[in-house]
Amino acid sequence: MMTLFGIPTAALFGQLLLGLINGAFYAVLSLGLALIFGLLNIINFSHGAQYMMGAFVAWLGLTYMGANYWVALALAPLVVAAIGIVLERTMLSRLYKLDHLYGLLLTFGLALIIEGIFRQLYGISGIPYAVPKELAGGWNLGFMYLPIYRAWVVIASLVLCVGTWLLIEKTKLGAYLRAATENPALVQAMGINVPIMITLTYGFGVALAAFAGVLAAPIYSVNPLMGSNLIIVVFAVVVIGGMGSIMGSIVTGFMLGLLEGLTKVIYPEAASTVIFMVMVVVLLIKPAGLFGKGA
Amino acid sequence: MTTNSVTSSATGPNKGVSRQAIFVGILLAVGLIAPFAVYPVFLMKGLCFALFAAAFNLLLGYVGLLSFGHAMFFGWSAYITAHAAKEWGLTPEIAVLLGTFCAAGMGAVVGWLAIRRQGIYFAMITLALAQLMYFVALQAPFTHGEDGIQGVPRGHLFGVIDLSDTLNMYYFVFGVFALALFFLYRVVNSPFGQVLKAIRDNEPRAISLGYQVDRYKLIAFIISAALSGTAGSVKSLVFQLASLTDVHWHASGEVVLMTLLGGVGTIFGPTAGAYLVVTIQNYFATLGSWVTIIQGVIFVICVLAFRAGIVGVLRPFLKKRGIEA
Repeated sequence: MMTLFGIPTAALFGQLLLGLINGAFYAVLSLGLALIFGLLNIINFSHGAQYMMGAFVAWLGLTYMGANYWVALALAPLVVAAIGIVLERTMLSRLYKLDHLYGLLLTFGLALIIEGIFRQLYGISGIPYAVPKELAGGWNLGFMYLPIYRAWVVIASLVLCVGTWLLIEKTKLGAYLRAATENPALVQAMGINVPIMITLTYGFGVALAAFAGVLAAPIYSVNPLMGSNLIIVVFAVVVIGGMGSIMGSIVTGFMLGLLEGLTKVIYPEAASTVIFMVMVVVLLIKPAGLFGKGA
Repeated sequence: MTTNSVTSSATGPNKGVSRQAIFVGILLAVGLIAPFAVYPVFLMKGLCFALFAAAFNLLLGYVGLLSFGHAMFFGWSAYITAHAAKEWGLTPEIAVLLGTFCAAGMGAVVGWLAIRRQGIYFAMITLALAQLMYFVALQAPFTHGEDGIQGVPRGHLFGVIDLSDTLNMYYFVFGVFALALFFLYRVVNSPFGQVLKAIRDNEPRAISLGYQVDRYKLIAFIISAALSGTAGSVKSLVFQLASLTDVHWHASGEVVLMTLLGGVGTIFGPTAGAYLVVTIQNYFATLGSWVTIIQGVIFVICVLAFRAGIVGVLRPFLKKRGIEA
């Protein structure tokens, strides 16, 4: 058995890969949070619940309509985004003129409702979701065994992140979005429909979360609690990275995932807390976050 | 939470003093005779959460800071009191004081970290730190993980009064609650409290007036954490149990809900909210996740249409009659 720093390489790289996958989810979720926060000034507490809904829509589609994984990957984000848009139009939009904390409280309430409903219907033991047969199996790389599906999750998330970054930084639509984040009133005055942009941005952020949920379904079982456990870590990731930069969210997400994976190998007891400890250190050294601007 | 700030203009309520006294007197009397009419354990549970919510309300209602991690003070004090009473055999009043001091210490550290950021970030930081403490509680050996600390002895108050007697326990809890609420009332209506409200309403202005805003925020945070700790300590004696439920983020959410429902920035609002939420929990306890769903619905309704809360709505009516609620 090969070892590196006294650790079997298979275990080390296995955990690092798992960390990278977690990091991918952190990146995609914190990216969505940052987008929504930029335009709506709301922290979307239901983001975790929407991630969970993505996984459930995939499972429901497979079970009741025979929709396979690839269909789910395309449809689940749309379905969850549509629900998100309805929530934004009917509820969130009433709060924009109030203290931002009300948005947090509202979405927290929505998260409780969504989670409660799914718990009531499906329990908390989790439902398995099979890896699609195109991505089943794995490669033996010599120093570790690489399941194809896990490689796919990392690559798909990376593509999604970079695609989103290009969309926002390099396209005209993205320029509108960035402008509206800076000064919505002025952008509105130039004849751009800001309320529609806000709604679509919320929908897009939610769709990202649902997409991550579908990706996660074959790795973790489909579980009503999968989102709430994740979202608090993602909050810490957001505090560490700061929500000022899209690329910042992506990089921070992946790095913290890797760090978590590494901790699992070196000192497993701290694996669940290491990201929070990093947050404490960042707050001490650079309170605005690694990529943050101002308060 | 500046929107529904109730401007309690600091004019001395000369005329109202007697009416206020009567109002408070009635509430005290209700509290004293209640255990003869209602199941005392339910009342005590309500009082513990009412104290917890009142302590939380000091931050949200009077400083405008939304902490989403107050369960760490509540739950950890419960552990410490339970451990002190069970393993070290301390008397209940010492065990509760110990829990309170530990919560104050935790509050000092957490507050010191969290007040570096404002608004939404403050909420996320407190939530993340609470989650950190949740995992510590899950792994630390003395908390006994999923089992919690069970069979905590209530002991003898001052070594004399037997608290295993339900009525004695009730009056102990009620006394702690009344004292703490009175203390909070005095804090809010002191010059210190006026500065807190100034920070809530306009922080840059308070800074420009020369107030060390961060210092005020930190002190308020410590008081809030300490009293949340008192609530958790007392609860662990009432139920003779300290468990992971009380450090979980659900408990942090519940205390927000109680305060919001009862009335942010009111004196008696958190108590009203706490009793309502505890009642809902009791009625729907057998219906699984319905409690969570209903709590979520109340959250949504409160935020969208009922931001003043119960006591906040009643307040103008009472104010006309010289009563500050």
